[in-house]
Amino acid sequence: MTELTKLTIAGARDAMRNGDTTSAEITNACLTAIEGADALGAFVHKTPEIAAAQAAAADVRIKAGDAPDMCGIPLGIKDLFCTKGVPSQAASRILEGFRPEYESTVTTQLFDAGAVMLGKLNMDEFAMGSSNETSVYGNAVNPWRRGGDDAALTPGGSSGGSASAVAADLCLAATGTDTGGSIRQPAAFVGITGLKPTYGRVSRWGIVAFASSLDQAGPMTKDVRDAAIMLKAMCGHDPKDSTSADIPVPDFEAALTGDIKGKVIGIPKEYRIDGMPEEIGKLWADGAAMLKDAGAIIKDISLPHTKYALPAYYVIAPAEASSNLARYDGVRFGHRAKLAAGDGITEMYEKTRAEGFGAEVQRRVMVGTYVLSAGFYDAYYNRARRVRALIKQDFDRVFADGVDAILTPATPSAAFGLGEMTNADPIQMYLNDVFTVTVNLAGLPGIAVPTGIDVQGLPLGLQLIGRPWEEGDLLNVAYALERAAGFVAKPQKWW
Amino acid sequence: MSIDTETARRVAKLARIKVEDDALPALAAEFSAILGFIEQLNEVDVEGIEPMTSVTPQRLKRRADVVTDGNQQAAILKNAPDAREGFFAVPKVVE
Repeated sequence: MTELTKLTIAGARDAMRNGDTTSAEITNACLTAIEGADALGAFVHKTPEIAAAQAAAADVRIKAGDAPDMCGIPLGIKDLFCTKGVPSQAASRILEGFRPEYESTVTTQLFDAGAVMLGKLNMDEFAMGSSNETSVYGNAVNPWRRGGDDAALTPGGSSGGSASAVAADLCLAATGTDTGGSIRQPAAFVGITGLKPTYGRVSRWGIVAFASSLDQAGPMTKDVRDAAIMLKAMCGHDPKDSTSADIPVPDFEAALTGDIKGKVIGIPKEYRIDGMPEEIGKLWADGAAMLKDAGAIIKDISLPHTKYALPAYYVIAPAEASSNLARYDGVRFGHRAKLAAGDGITEMYEKTRAEGFGAEVQRRVMVGTYVLSAGFYDAYYNRARRVRALIKQDFDRVFADGVDAILTPATPSAAFGLGEMTNADPIQMYLNDVFTVTVNLAGLPGIAVPTGIDVQGLPLGLQLIGRPWEEGDLLNVAYALERAAGFVAKPQKWW
Repeated sequence: MSIDTETARRVAKLARIKVEDDALPALAAEFSAILGFIEQLNEVDVEGIEPMTSVTPQRLKRRADVVTDGNQQAAILKNAPDAREGFFAVPKVVE
């Protein structure tokens, strides 16, 4: 078999079970691809020894028969996941040298299922960013380029390394996390599939916390089937996460019938934002037409509080971040600043955090501190939580009216150039999440599926939003959309 | 709402992040822009709406109040920048 790194999870699973290839072979092919891809900045800590040992163990299990679906599948793991004995620093200087003494629940489950870890993947610092430009490791780079142009583009963020690695076939799939769009926006920017599950579906234990009421991990894969397979291995009840849902995990892959006859797909008018590029509008209309052709009923809907999602998010997420990131104090783990004579513990905290946190993280921690401070808590934080309740009610209402899934664009544009937004004010960057952030605020599952190519030759994606806990149904609609769109384009190798 | 340099200094202090004096005006301007963006929320009628505490309606799980692990001193201190004699070490706190 050639081009082992291009395999999907399903393809590799079947090929390994048939004895056509082995995990060791696929893993070696991925490790070779990673060695030649430093220009992408995707893998920031490589773990070839762990990968070789896991692949060998997986091959024994597969040979014995009855191996789980993920057995032998080489993955990239976002740097936000704590992996035992392996650097896990959330792309931050403040966690330099940190090697966890424990393994996150998600990676534990994946490795128990036989998955292979190739290494850790680049991201925005503490998952705060939409372009992977806030990483202490430097930028991750999009494997796609505009036609006739060598300019380096962003793979999106915060799961930029995951997106770049999967799109460039450095691994078969990757883990991502999504607080405001950090799986779906990068997936759309590189032409892959990215799923954010319902809040509570996947354990957050052992994942470096950004905004605990919004964070959710999910799969970033080459197609919808792979997302279904990998999600099943990632989710399930975990007593170590009190918000983890104690409900059965269905066989999501079995839900992929492609039959969506009679399903009601909502098209929310509020997502037709001012200044939306014509191409995005056309992509969206084309997607709706594809679902209609497949037998779905297209329905215009209204989600009236959509406009307030981003401002509510930029109160709630920084507030939770300021609290979560209080633990980085130079005492228990990570970086501690060198102190001057006479410096006390307050100077130690202040210098450590000034040196350890990058500009965007500092900005968000301080905004969060401000909105939670005495006198402003009600005006900002409580008001934002009330607006959040209204945003969720918008969704509850349309689902109660019989809508099965909602179709929207995934991003307001194709991937932009690295450095292009450097001088923009932070709010311009925040607008990248305009279509995705509502889903986190409402705790719903959302998936980005690549469905088109823009005039510059870059991939574009659509987002489907599902009912809570009905990832199976959502994946099936996404599967129908994927089949109809027939997106097969790949970036031309330049790295 | 416009944030002045003094407020920026106070917030940096509360957040325990050292910000040099000459960086405060730019920081205050950034805060003002972000808070200006957030002020849109004042347009929303939130009368009678409870602040959301949990996005899913489930009750938080409870478990028996018993010790479930422990005896991991070495693992806990392993990543400390300064650990001595089984403790985290920090600069002198009290005179």
